[in-house]
Amino acid sequence: MLGKTAGGLFWMFRFLERAENTARLVEAGFRIALTRSQDTSSEWESVVTTAGVCDDYSRKHTDHNAANTIDFLLRDKDNPSSVYSVIKAARDNARLVRTALTVEVWTAVNDHWMTMQELLKKPIRETDLPRVLDVIRSQSSLVRGALHGTMLRNDIYDFARIGTFIERADNVARIIDVKYYTLLPSVSLVGSSLDNVQWETILRSVSAHRAFRWLDEEDMTAASVAQFLILDPRLPRSLMFSMKGLVENMNHLAEEYGTRHACHDHADQMLQGLRKRTIASIFDEGLHEFITAFIQDNNALGLLIERDYQFYG
Amino acid sequence: MDLRITHTTRYDYDQPVGYALQRLRLRPPSNGMQTVQDWTVTVTGGVIELTCADHHGNVMDLVNTTRGSSDLVITASGTVTTHDKAGVLGKVYGAAPLWHFEQASPLTEPSRGIRTLAKPLKVSTNLLADLHTLSATILSAVPYATGQTYMETTAEEALAGAVGVCQDHAHIMIATARVAGLPARYVSGYLMMDDRVDQDASHAWAEVHLPTLGWVGFDVSNGISPDTRYVRLAVGRDARDAAPVQGLRMGPGDESLIVTLQVQQ
Amino acid sequence: MSTKPDHFDEMRVGDDGVRAPYDGYKAWYDEQPPGRFARKSKEAEAFFRRTGITFNVYGQVAAQERLIPFDLVPRIISSREWTKLSKGIEQRVRAINAFLHDIYNRQEILRAGRIPIDLIARNAAFLPQMMGFSPPGDVYTHIVGTDIVRTGEDDFFVLEDNARTPSGVSYMLENRETMLQMFPELFSRIKVQPVSDYPKNLRRSLAASAPKSCGGKPVIAVLTPGIYNSAYYEHSFLADQMGAELVEGHDLRVVDGHIAMRTTRGYKQIDVLYRRVDDEYLDPLTFNPKSMLGVPGIMDVYRAGNITIANAPGTGVSDDKAIYSYMPDIVQFYTGEKAILKNVETFRCGEPDSLKYVLDNLADLVVKEVHGSGGYGMLVGPAASKKELADFADKLRARPGNYIAQPTLSLSTVPIFVKKGLAPRHVDLRPYVLVSPEGINITPGGLTRVALTEGSLVVNSSQGGGTKDTWVLED
Repeated sequence: MLGKTAGGLFWMFRFLERAENTARLVEAGFRIALTRSQDTSSEWESVVTTAGVCDDYSRKHTDHNAANTIDFLLRDKDNPSSVYSVIKAARDNARLVRTALTVEVWTAVNDHWMTMQELLKKPIRETDLPRVLDVIRSQSSLVRGALHGTMLRNDIYDFARIGTFIERADNVARIIDVKYYTLLPSVSLVGSSLDNVQWETILRSVSAHRAFRWLDEEDMTAASVAQFLILDPRLPRSLMFSMKGLVENMNHLAEEYGTRHACHDHADQMLQGLRKRTIASIFDEGLHEFITAFIQDNNALGLLIERDYQFYG
Repeated sequence: MDLRITHTTRYDYDQPVGYALQRLRLRPPSNGMQTVQDWTVTVTGGVIELTCADHHGNVMDLVNTTRGSSDLVITASGTVTTHDKAGVLGKVYGAAPLWHFEQASPLTEPSRGIRTLAKPLKVSTNLLADLHTLSATILSAVPYATGQTYMETTAEEALAGAVGVCQDHAHIMIATARVAGLPARYVSGYLMMDDRVDQDASHAWAEVHLPTLGWVGFDVSNGISPDTRYVRLAVGRDARDAAPVQGLRMGPGDESLIVTLQVQQ
Repeated sequence: MSTKPDHFDEMRVGDDGVRAPYDGYKAWYDEQPPGRFARKSKEAEAFFRRTGITFNVYGQVAAQERLIPFDLVPRIISSREWTKLSKGIEQRVRAINAFLHDIYNRQEILRAGRIPIDLIARNAAFLPQMMGFSPPGDVYTHIVGTDIVRTGEDDFFVLEDNARTPSGVSYMLENRETMLQMFPELFSRIKVQPVSDYPKNLRRSLAASAPKSCGGKPVIAVLTPGIYNSAYYEHSFLADQMGAELVEGHDLRVVDGHIAMRTTRGYKQIDVLYRRVDDEYLDPLTFNPKSMLGVPGIMDVYRAGNITIANAPGTGVSDDKAIYSYMPDIVQFYTGEKAILKNVETFRCGEPDSLKYVLDNLADLVVKEVHGSGGYGMLVGPAASKKELADFADKLRARPGNYIAQPTLSLSTVPIFVKKGLAPRHVDLRPYVLVSPEGINITPGGLTRVALTEGSLVVNSSQGGGTKDTWVLED
């Protein structure tokens, strides 16, 4: 496979994953804004921070309100991470690697892009937001479904999955990082309604609020939420799940090509690092420090994959 | 005359090279004016990917700089025996027809000044004498001076700037001859200056095709036709066609170039 | 139906008769319930858009991807007509390859005085860098798209010899595919010669043109300028159909004296490059040094005999509009035969007598730039305003050598489907020709381009033209 094609697949699926995550972030933010009477600007600000687009945002807007944030995150062409921009980027990458995709995957991405062009043409009214977010999520699911249902399990599939997991791990780690203080087991706040709302928001932004209830009954503590998001291998958006998926797909590549690279050792180390941790030891080390280090490691892994598989010249 | 030549081109890069190609025209041909006794082209910091002939019959080497290299040294050396033909190569032709050398090229587009220079040639009854006169006229209009013109300077610009080096002189001569309907071409090569071993740089001169004599050389800068101190490397319609070293580098950073040339008997 | 009597209509004869090739289709058409065509037409468009069969229009925003309108009524050619046409095309393409080899080597045709030297020497499409070199198998034009127009029952003219990188073949294939999906029953009633072998034949033809030094199975790649190029869809389509990698300049390097592509497992040698990048941008070390689309050093690798470039650089000198006027002589010179296909009468404006005639009759002529393509920079006299005629006359006087003029041909019409039913529109035809050392292969039919505006003669997709499926009937 061309190095460029591997890179195109990797980025196509990173962008698709990012679109989905951004839609979830907006949804969680919107929900908090609905359920709380007081000023919600700090909530919207943290949504923008989590999306990693603070600088771009402050260049366009001064205050953090629902309308500005939603517009910026969903449809602003000046925001390279807006849903509009990343779906366009995903589709451009899909065109680049078209010969590597099945007709079903290509058509699903192309449909996604055509749908977004229509859907995000005009500013979104609040009453339309739930429907719009729903369409974004379901379009993304269609692409994923086409990928799983029609693509050969070869290197093409592996690079697509690797892109997905790298992006997902990054996005989820950033959600935890922005909200890490609400997850700290600080004595005075335990059980307060503030924490419950914040934890609910975090769980919602990874579509895990219902799953959590199923798994953990009503025992919602900082430690159990953090444990769930970081270490639970059953949650498809946990860091553990992403790392396992990454290592699995990277091992497929190593087998198919008969060569292991530096990126494989790096990914193995990251996964081992997660496996031997308990949530208590993470809190002992410092949740913020742990997450910061994870994000850096994850970025480094992306760069190693890019180099080892010659995405660029 | 036997001339021993060592021509070294050294590139130093301030950042490791990602990808760079150099196209060399550093293999002198044997012909009526010179016989190559032995000749080698060696490269350090890169490899010769292939060797082939261009459309003017020049033998080219394509050099790929080793990835991550911080310098590239190209050495062409050997011995060439030169024969005194009074600058006349004669009726020797390659794949490119004469009309090809009647066409202007990017560096030799005719300007008004060049058209004026060409007037005497158009009505000439003694082309050889008039070409020598033209050569002298060019040198007095464009005295030799370094540092004022560049690789990309055109004949027209050099003439207007009234200063130039051998490349510019050759370009003006070629452009003028072509306006007068004479096929003309650029020759790159070496010149042994009598008073030194370390020579300034590689040299260039013009060649004009006369119906009677065939190809005749004119070194405008030195006011003579090439003699046994001259060694030909490559020919073309202008300096770009006949460049001894022509390169292209991808990626960031800067490079510096040092050329050393030794020609001795 | 309001066919003007001065146009040859390929379907209709008289008031309600049809020409023989259309008998079967007409019978089927008359059985169709009203409304079916309008519905199918919408379906076809949605299919094209979802599949992303689009082209980008130059000068518009990069994101602008347009569909080429597709008409559901096939253009039908009898097998007898096709046999004659394909013989003529083959003869012409053979002559073009012989001409190119000659022009870049011994130049016998110039020595014989059959073509003025200046026409070659001053021709921007003539690449001196190709002189003194024979490409692998002596093939220059691996792919040709000959533009042909029809004016009567037996009157076919070659309009252009597109010998550089003719595009549109993906539309020929997709149009047939669409018709098969829309009207499967039609194809069981009427036997049409298939076109679907084209990608396989292209692959075989390119492989057969690999350099001699290539041992084993040749590796083929398609070089595209990238996803924003107007024909990107076609590039990816052909690569996909041939099972070849689709590469851009920055994927390629010189490795071990060959061109190689960067893969996830290191560099891999390419033997045949089907390039869809123009000559000027092909090699920044040789041609335009600013080109970001090309492959530095590829001309050296080529001259060293280590790669096949399809089509060869410099083939444009054979499809130049000034050279076009000499094509009958060129065919005669290299094949010793009279040209089977007719040339349109062509006035070379560089010749004073012709220029005078053209200026005097501008309103009746089509004037084209010698190096232009895609319908840009041309004047259609009968359709032009007085001011346009006057402006163009100025351009002509300023640079006469830059133009040729031709009489306006009354192009044949074929019906298209419109709201009211069938209506005649002017068409041309671009058959696709593959050339390899093993021989010449012409796909039956080709791409029919149709001017969708009533009375219009401009069929270019960039100027609002559409396309049709083209049927060559089985015997």
